[in-house]
Amino acid sequence: MSTISLKSIRKSFGRTEVIHGVDIDIEDGEFVVIVGPSGCGKSTLLRMVAGLETVTSGDIHIDGTRVNEMEPMERNIAMVFQNYALYPHMTVFNNMAYGLKIAGTPKAEIAERVQNAAKLLQLEDYMDRKPRQLSGGQRQRVAMGRAIVRKPAVFLFDEPLSNLDAKLRVQMRLEIKALQRELGVTSLYVTHDQVEAMTLADRMIVMNGGVADQIGAPLEVYARPATTFVAGFIGSPPMNFIHASAFIERAGTPALPDAVLRKLWAAPDADALRIGVRPEMFEFCDAGAAMISGTVKYTEALGAETLIHLSLPNGEPMTVRRNGTVSDLAQGGECFLTCSEDSVFVFEKDGRKID
Amino acid sequence: MSGMVERRGKATWLTHLGLIIGVAVVGFPIYLAFVASTVTQPDIVQPPMPLLPGEHFFDNYREALLSGVNAPVWRMLVNSMVMALGITVGKIIISLLSAFAIVYFRFPFRIAFFWMIFMTLMLPVEVRIVPTYEVIANFGMLNSYSGLILPLIASATATFLFRQFFMTIPDELAEAARVDGAKPMRFFWDILLPMSRTNIAALFVILFIFGWNQYLWPLLITTDPEMNTIVMGIKQMFPSGDDVADWPVIMATAILAMLPPVAVVVFMQKLFVRGLIESDK
Repeated sequence: MSTISLKSIRKSFGRTEVIHGVDIDIEDGEFVVIVGPSGCGKSTLLRMVAGLETVTSGDIHIDGTRVNEMEPMERNIAMVFQNYALYPHMTVFNNMAYGLKIAGTPKAEIAERVQNAAKLLQLEDYMDRKPRQLSGGQRQRVAMGRAIVRKPAVFLFDEPLSNLDAKLRVQMRLEIKALQRELGVTSLYVTHDQVEAMTLADRMIVMNGGVADQIGAPLEVYARPATTFVAGFIGSPPMNFIHASAFIERAGTPALPDAVLRKLWAAPDADALRIGVRPEMFEFCDAGAAMISGTVKYTEALGAETLIHLSLPNGEPMTVRRNGTVSDLAQGGECFLTCSEDSVFVFEKDGRKID
Repeated sequence: MSGMVERRGKATWLTHLGLIIGVAVVGFPIYLAFVASTVTQPDIVQPPMPLLPGEHFFDNYREALLSGVNAPVWRMLVNSMVMALGITVGKIIISLLSAFAIVYFRFPFRIAFFWMIFMTLMLPVEVRIVPTYEVIANFGMLNSYSGLILPLIASATATFLFRQFFMTIPDELAEAARVDGAKPMRFFWDILLPMSRTNIAALFVILFIFGWNQYLWPLLITTDPEMNTIVMGIKQMFPSGDDVADWPVIMATAILAMLPPVAVVVFMQKLFVRGLIESDK
């Protein structure tokens, strides 16, 4: 089994640096998801691990061996591509067997390993078909099968679910997770979908503009986002960022928890700080106990949840998310809100969280 | 298609009439050539020209095939076949490999090489025929198959076509093959080549006909009648001076010269059409 370690990885295309020094250590059997918006360098990072892209500086180790100059095949990795990249003229069997054939594996062993993978992926009835005769989900499975049969040290997934429709995506997501658990192969998975990242990852890496903003377990990243970017990217709707002046003032200070106030007072430029609260952390309360009040601009009732869009006294927008249906809110009405102490975060002007 | 224009009896008739006239215009000279190849020399020379096939089909064709005028036609057919196949296969192999190099490898002056190949598209055989002749003559390749084939063996058109096709193949396919451990030539052989088969078939038809119909070049470098190709051979059969033209034999030769390209088109039509309209991805 295998570990992956990236040490101050940088990548430039010509003079433009797109990855500005990323360090990650992935443990044996771990499922790590790299998540970020398009153009953040997440695919480039994966392709460097795969050996499809050269490393400008830094070292990549797989299982303790430096692999910077190795061909993809020598790295003992398998990759699942976004568009599956199945060989269109080969049958499902041959698609899965191709890598083994090149490696010179005996025929009987190839047949056995492909059969086992096919069984695992429920592809047994399709072995003689060509990729174009398969549905999207089946092609996805063949691409997975091609990765599995080689028994690689590492699985690399490059947005493997983004070509599937929403329903199938949820199903394949579960299957990928179950498969990875069963095989216990170290996996690196790239996606722009935060739900995929949250559900699949043992640990996730949130990338922003070529830098890993935060590395951690999904719930930890959700509960303690390191930057405003992470706080905005993970969680839906994104976290609210509010100026301290929007909070109700009592005795000359904003109605904020003491810990938050101390951070505000300690800062040299308190005016530039942002207060972050997740939409789902707010609760309705009486005017007397409220931390913040706002005018209802409009509400979105989604059945299981209701999104309430408010306008704060200082003009800033804020979103509140409540479970179920909230019926007694009229447009233009005022509502009073509070939240628990540990759900309020303070962020520096440059986006970093103040601890 | 029928949904777009309403089909009425009259319109159908007119369409068919038009097509029939078109076929007749194209087909009539060929029919005349066939008729001329089945009668005797006096029948042709004596007006009016016969319009129905005569009884000398076997005599004329036997004479053409076995003795001809300068060289037996079977010999010229073999020569043409060797030249056309040599040119076709050579062109396909060379242009597949050069397109592979241009699309999949980064080497210095890659773009420059591509444009150099592309520019030669603008230079037909006739433009460079004198220097080419000089080179072939100095190599002692006059009156040889290599002399017939080599100068025509590189094709910018085919290279360009394969380049365009290769560029439509997603990069991930090459990357997947790399991850599977395929070296470049293995990728070429196992994946690019099978994926190009319809394009290869289409090009085969076009290039075979191109090779078969070569006229000027064989005319220049083959002086020995035994090395004549059939297309130029027909011209060589025309009488010079006071000789009498053996029209039935010449016409039989012309009909024979048409058969191989027609056969290639007919047998490869399915693949040919698929190669032109369908990309196999």
